[in-house]
Amino acid sequence: MGKVNRREFFEEFIATQTETAAPAAGEDVIYKKYVNKETPRGLSKTTGTLSKYTGAWGDRQIVHLLRRAMFGVKYEDVLALRTMTMEQAVDELLSAQTIPAPPVNNYNTATYTDPTGVQLDDTWVNAPFGDSTVNNYRLLSMTNWWIGRMIYQPERRITEKMTFFWHNHFATEYPVVAYAHMLYNHHMIFRNNALGNFKTIVTAITKDPAMLRYLNGYLNTKTAPDENYARELFELFTLGKNYKPIYTEDDIKAAAKILTGWRYSTSTWTGNFVSSLHDTSNKTFSSFFANKSITGKSGTAGAQETDELIDMIFTKQEVAKFIVRKLYRFFVYYDIDINTEFNIIIPLAQMMVNTNWQIKPVLETLLKSEHFYDALSMDCVIRTPLDYIVGTFRTFDIQLPGGWRSDKEYKIYNYLRTYMANLGCEPNNPPNVAGWPAFYQEPDYYEKWINSTTMPRRMQFMDMMLGSGFSAGTGTAIKIDPMHLAKKFYSPGDPNLLVTFFCDLLLGIGISQTMKDNLKTITLLSGQSQDYYWTNAWSAYVSNPNTTNTNTVRTRLVSLLTELTHLAEHNLC
Amino acid sequence: MKRRDFLKISQAATLAYVINGTPVRTYARNPLLELLAKQTAANGRVLVMIQLNGGNDGLNTLIPLDQYSQLSNARSNILIPQNKVLALANTNLTGLHPAMTGVRDLYDNGYVNIIQSVGYPDPNFSHFRATDIWMSGSDENQYINTGWLGRHLDEEYPGYPVGFPNTNMPDPLAIQIGSGISNLLQGADANLGMAIASLDSFYNIINGTVDPAPNTPAGHELTFVRYIKQQTEVYTTVIQNAAGKAQNVSTKWPTTSNRLADQLKVVSRLIAGGLKTPVYVVSMGGFDTHSQQTDSADTTIGSHANLLQDISEAVEAFFDEAKIHKYDDRVAAMTFSEFGRRIKSNASGGTDHGTTAPVFVFSKYVNPGIIGANPKLPASATVSDNLPLLNDYRTIYSAVLADWFQVDTATMDKVLMKHYNVLPVFQKTNNVEETTVSGSDDILGQNYPNPFSRNTTISFSSDGGTVAIQMFDVNGRVVKNILPARQMDKGKHQLTIERGDLPPGQYFYRLTNGKNQSTKRLTVVD
Repeated sequence: MGKVNRREFFEEFIATQTETAAPAAGEDVIYKKYVNKETPRGLSKTTGTLSKYTGAWGDRQIVHLLRRAMFGVKYEDVLALRTMTMEQAVDELLSAQTIPAPPVNNYNTATYTDPTGVQLDDTWVNAPFGDSTVNNYRLLSMTNWWIGRMIYQPERRITEKMTFFWHNHFATEYPVVAYAHMLYNHHMIFRNNALGNFKTIVTAITKDPAMLRYLNGYLNTKTAPDENYARELFELFTLGKNYKPIYTEDDIKAAAKILTGWRYSTSTWTGNFVSSLHDTSNKTFSSFFANKSITGKSGTAGAQETDELIDMIFTKQEVAKFIVRKLYRFFVYYDIDINTEFNIIIPLAQMMVNTNWQIKPVLETLLKSEHFYDALSMDCVIRTPLDYIVGTFRTFDIQLPGGWRSDKEYKIYNYLRTYMANLGCEPNNPPNVAGWPAFYQEPDYYEKWINSTTMPRRMQFMDMMLGSGFSAGTGTAIKIDPMHLAKKFYSPGDPNLLVTFFCDLLLGIGISQTMKDNLKTITLLSGQSQDYYWTNAWSAYVSNPNTTNTNTVRTRLVSLLTELTHLAEHNLC
Repeated sequence: MKRRDFLKISQAATLAYVINGTPVRTYARNPLLELLAKQTAANGRVLVMIQLNGGNDGLNTLIPLDQYSQLSNARSNILIPQNKVLALANTNLTGLHPAMTGVRDLYDNGYVNIIQSVGYPDPNFSHFRATDIWMSGSDENQYINTGWLGRHLDEEYPGYPVGFPNTNMPDPLAIQIGSGISNLLQGADANLGMAIASLDSFYNIINGTVDPAPNTPAGHELTFVRYIKQQTEVYTTVIQNAAGKAQNVSTKWPTTSNRLADQLKVVSRLIAGGLKTPVYVVSMGGFDTHSQQTDSADTTIGSHANLLQDISEAVEAFFDEAKIHKYDDRVAAMTFSEFGRRIKSNASGGTDHGTTAPVFVFSKYVNPGIIGANPKLPASATVSDNLPLLNDYRTIYSAVLADWFQVDTATMDKVLMKHYNVLPVFQKTNNVEETTVSGSDDILGQNYPNPFSRNTTISFSSDGGTVAIQMFDVNGRVVKNILPARQMDKGKHQLTIERGDLPPGQYFYRLTNGKNQSTKRLTVVD
């Protein structure tokens, strides 16, 4: 083991383990005891509409918007949004993201070199396939890169969260996609169209090599049509189910025939239509689709049938309602009651149809609405594992050492990817094509994130980050510097204001003044009753950050932050 | 090898275990001894740390009656009238604050050992730094981010939390009543304590409920997360079971509001209910009495008196309940506070931050009495006068480790990061030994003549600070204050000891001079 110390060895070992998945919620007796048995009824819920919000624009609203639109809250963003109106803030969040530089070679080592000649720190996305070894490195590089973009996005944009939304909606698993280039290109459809046109995304995904592989589209042949993609296209991606009248099994068969002939290339990484494999018969649909008939076409014209199929699907209002409900559940709350259906879902669905399937106007209207800023819409989302981990890095502004090359940098992301898996949500690796059940499974929805395995692990993550951190084999401990965040606040020497400052950033639902006072006394004041003891300790630290003064304030801040991040409220946003 | 794994009996101690009439004096492994050791472990000794936040005023807690005039010169505005001071059995030199009748009764019944003038060299006057020092067991200029009890538990239960709970240790290693896990319990890799945030949260745990939340979507999800969190704390069930087995039954629990009693009630139910948890931490604040620490008309009442009354009533009820629930054989409690207060009171009827103060240890198995003489007060104390150091606080920790938890010397030294003499706080002390902590043998010379029958001379050197020399018998009881703590010029000194009425036998004498501590043996013959 040479000079690797025990902790580093252990961390590397952990990081290279495949996920130890959280047990299925159904087997967890504690979870079963407390989870929703039915959709919660009788709660006070907002009856607010899509009318533009005109109320107060204070930190409560600012933090609410940032939490829902991004991962965790950065204090710099709070400060920036204070200088804007609500509308300016939403407009900025919804403006276009600068597309980040692509994932790179993080895997060259003293004993391994990329066979296609890509150098360390250079991107591999334009390089040839190489072989399965380098492909496997690149698959992880892709997800780890993505995690890095979530944490270190340079702009205030909703794009990262929307990219994840689309990934969950059109879910694929990287071990099945299996080609790193496909995984990246697939991801870029979401990133480039994050706030674009829903129909454009559906069309692109239908011909996307990653999806063709994941749902067997590439095996769909006129002699033996494979219905897998056609079924999910209807049920999971556009129309949904659970309403009547609805499309028929024959409609799925007809759609599968239309989709015969799509293949992918492992040199251009594009979806290609192979007319000789295409079923050229005429396809007729049920009364749900007004008995629509799509004429079979031979040669390259056969590919047009796919566009006609999508046109037909997008004649249905259900498509708009389906995707708007999913957006609502992602950004506001999972329970859509009758008021929400009529005040929010139907008008937004109509807006989407009227704007020819644009996403941005729908989100803009929702995020500027009185419904969204109603106090009853706040704090009720259970944070996803991504939100928890990425949010911790962003809120505490945890930076990686300057001068690191990609091999070290990606080790940190890789460790976080493993931790996300342990909390039940590894990006690019959802449980199945439906995405994560927390986004669709009635009646528990978000409650799926919290069970008797993941809850202690969430707290252990915070304990680790507030304690010795992790180095993931880089030799440098990555951890929270509590003074770094406190120093951003204008008055860290006032223990009352400081407690409130941390509560606002870290807790989904406010705690009482009594509890704040209590936490202040037992942590920042070490049981003393006079505030000036903290004030003096902080000034001593600021004027002379020697070991004693530093440790005096660090110990107390860590104590406070441990208490706050162990509260149930830390899991809400 | 842990001492409790098989008892080692040091030859330096003449203490013998007598089993069925047969004295056992041996180093060797012996089935009988192993049995004894196992019983000790199974008996599950418990330590309750009572933290007094703010710096308790020792001079108004334990009152040096032999220096009453100096005391009245220094603090007339908060002085307890001499006739109101509670007398203690077998001493007329020292008495207790009148609010402490409960502690007085415990003392008179042999349940209390009081250690005088406890602190450390170069004391720090900052609450935070001084608290960190007491928690960690460090020197003034040494920064340690683990707690002494955390290190002790690390040694006893290596690897925690990996592999815990397990059949040998199904219960929390330490429980803190009140949120904010104490740094006392910080180990190298993990904090070894579990916090029960409040009485409300304790009753939530035992009743399987959580705090109420608003009837909104946020409140609904909050309640769900709270339930999962509470029920997945690994120790929820064992705490529910223990609390379910025992109630608070002492009639001595105060009926008026008493924060310490509320905490000790929880501790009592958990111990009586069978938790194997060896360490509990409770605390109360308010001791930072810079002003109005007494009523201006009646100095026997007021804020400081209320605090002492709370301690006194709570501890008395706790030990009463320990007897009723029959765990009094295995519980000890000790108070600690980050510092004492100034000798001279200030004009606002309070006292400012000071240095040393007495520590109280409560148990059926203490050596009853007071270790150390009253601190010597100047005739007219000024604001810059402070109490001298007589007993390093770590010599009490060493007594807890060696004689209460029965940790072997090597482990004790590791936990305390240095060797400290074991102060004879507890009965059956067998760790009195010859040592020199630092410096050379010149610090404390061998007495001459030795053995002696009438008198003998001891040579020692002082580094210029306060020097104290005490003599113990082999069971660790103080038999003589050879040199009550006093300032000694830097350099060599000599002192002649009269035998007085000491019976013949082996004794130890120990010098404390700032960082220098040394113990030597002497023999008295007829």
